[in-house]
Amino acid sequence: MRADHDDAHQWLDADAGPLVRAYAVTGGRARPGAGLFDLVTYVVAAPAGQRRNAVHLQPEHRALLEHAREPISVAELTSRAGFALGVVRVLLADLLDEGAVIRMAPAVAPGHVPDDDILQAVILGLRHA
Amino acid sequence: MRDDRARSVPTAIKILVAGGFGAGKTTMVGTVSEILPLHTEEVLTSASTHSDDLSGVEAKRTTTVTMDFGRITIGDSAVLYLFGTPGQDRFWFLWDELAIGALGAVVLADTRRLADSFPSIDYFERRRVPFVVAVNCFHGNQQFEIPAVRNALSLDPDVPVVLCDARDRRSGREVLVTLIEHVRALTLGQAHTAVGTPG
Ligand SMILES: Nc1nc2c(ncn2[C@@H]2O[C@H](COP(=O)(O)OP(=O)(O)OP(=O)(O)O)[C@@H](O)[C@H]2O)c(=O)[nH]1
Ligand SMILES: [Mg+2]
Repeated sequence: MRADHDDAHQWLDADAGPLVRAYAVTGGRARPGAGLFDLVTYVVAAPAGQRRNAVHLQPEHRALLEHAREPISVAELTSRAGFALGVVRVLLADLLDEGAVIRMAPAVAPGHVPDDDILQAVILGLRHA
Repeated sequence: MRDDRARSVPTAIKILVAGGFGAGKTTMVGTVSEILPLHTEEVLTSASTHSDDLSGVEAKRTTTVTMDFGRITIGDSAVLYLFGTPGQDRFWFLWDELAIGALGAVVLADTRRLADSFPSIDYFERRRVPFVVAVNCFHGNQQFEIPAVRNALSLDPDVPVVLCDARDRRSGREVLVTLIEHVRALTLGQAHTAVGTPG
């Protein structure tokens, strides 16, 4: 452990291994755009019986499934897995193809302002939590 | 293919925290929420391979940018997702995806370097992303400066300008409240086509 570590560069020490390996798994493949897996899109691992060719999954895919036992946003999944966002999107696209992950419908259609009662609840929550 | 069980997801509200270099973005995201690291990435072009961040790892063609990411859960129904947007020009591509579906943005301004917040303001104006300007109090009370800030930034009269201390949780959360109230006002304004009367 370096005594004088620089916070801004911590990821290089802590995560370079998994990051580099994840790049190797997804290397050279087309990156799905943000459309399919927005940062606030929720995903969840499909029940085992629903999956198709689980045998093709790499450890990185399985790591994502572990983190997605309960519905989780793409942003949080990315953060927990420690991979880069673009890598997570590639892996999620694979998992979607395999039927191993479910992309959940958002509570509010993208680009729409939530109902006013929700916004009011958020304001109350921000002031009193 | 849908899951058989009826599962609902909370309303996810995306908010961007922007502003110039050192304006307090990381501080604010961290004080108002539980902060998590979020590695995004950037494929290096030859133009950026000389970047000093990367000395010693020239062989790597892809590098990561770590973005500020925070989450505030509001009961069972809603979750606020805050993203601190990197200020440098070469990260504009990240903004484009962040701006999609964003409820709004907070532009942090440091009165000593107001011009640094121009690019963010310009960006949100052009994208029609609702925003508020939060003047970060780096040096004491700046109440008298609000009209000057509004003027210097040529803001529309309905854009809220508030003071904040990014190190203070209550203050940071009140900025978010201001933003949400602003969005509510804009939404109601659109519904009734009565625009132009602030506050
Ligand atoms: N006095 C004072 N200092 C602050 C305030 N907000 C942030 N700072 C300090 O200002 C410095 C920069 O804050 P950051 O939160 O890192 O700013 P940033 O916008 O994330 O900076 P970059 O990501 O480098 O562009 C830090 O040393 C903070 O502790 C504030 O409201 N008052
Ligand atoms: Mg920062």
